[in-house]
Amino acid sequence: MNSLTVRALLVRGMLAGVAAGLLAFGLAYLIGEPGMNAGIAYEDAHTHEHGMELVSRALQSTAGLATAVLVFGTAVGGITALAFCFALGRIGRFGARATAALVAAGAFATVYLVPFLKYPANPPGANDPATIGKRTTLYFLMIALTVLLALAAVLLGRRLAGRWGNWNATLAAATAFLVMIAVAMAFLPAVNETPKDFPATALWQFRLASLGIQALLWSTFGAVFGYLAERVLEPKPATDAVPANAERTAAAAH
Amino acid sequence: MAHSAIAPAPLSPPAVLKLPIRAILPWAAFFGLLMLVLLYFVGAEQGATSLLPGAGVHEWVHDGRHLLGFPCH
Ligand SMILES: [Zn+2]
Repeated sequence: MNSLTVRALLVRGMLAGVAAGLLAFGLAYLIGEPGMNAGIAYEDAHTHEHGMELVSRALQSTAGLATAVLVFGTAVGGITALAFCFALGRIGRFGARATAALVAAGAFATVYLVPFLKYPANPPGANDPATIGKRTTLYFLMIALTVLLALAAVLLGRRLAGRWGNWNATLAAATAFLVMIAVAMAFLPAVNETPKDFPATALWQFRLASLGIQALLWSTFGAVFGYLAERVLEPKPATDAVPANAERTAAAAH
Repeated sequence: MAHSAIAPAPLSPPAVLKLPIRAILPWAAFFGLLMLVLLYFVGAEQGATSLLPGAGVHEWVHDGRHLLGFPCH
């Protein structure tokens, strides 16, 4: 029975991820593509080699972009739903919706926002293609480190909650998390490869667009998954749609 | 609340449901891994590392890879 609940939540997480991915794709197409095109225009003006185009720009900016964002949404939706299963009832007295919102916010912060502060998104042309190996390693290392430190902070908060109360324990765990992240950021190498004449406005707008796309994806996921998870976990509606016999039981209890 | 004296137990807010860890683990192990593989193909395949030959996957997800924040090229 519990296993079926986990499966139901996993499926809903993936569905919520698809919904979030659809919205994020729309926003990415509207506000992300101008920055992509600006980067590619800069690249074209500065490199002499023109490699064979495997996928046209028209396809990359529509079907390709949609594929990437939808697969990303589905995958992170599934993983976050599984994280929600672990978190439910274990991070304080939160119901399904509040837990979904907290887990989605935590996932957004650990998987995207904090790593972004150290290694922000870059448009084409803003990096040296030769360093892709180093940049990939550092970016995924930063994500893994942030997720692990966040999990450690949650466990620490749970441990302290008994003695210090929820509020102080949460503050202490969050402080510990921020200190450790600051130390990690100070020691990990910086990536500053953007050419001096790269258009600064395009870079700034590209990064804001990336932040907006991810924020929309995760907030949509949190809201939709919270609604779906609540219907799985708390099927009895709490308000006006109370069945007649439940009302009678409630009346008899008084 | 005076009415709460009627309630059977002193713990008035209902306990939140917990899903047993061993019910979650099989799903997390299998589907968690599957989702990570999907993320790898969106975020990194044919960049720093390649499982498939060519650059088709990289080229297809190219714009999403940049805009979702992954290092691309
Ligand atoms: Zn690229």
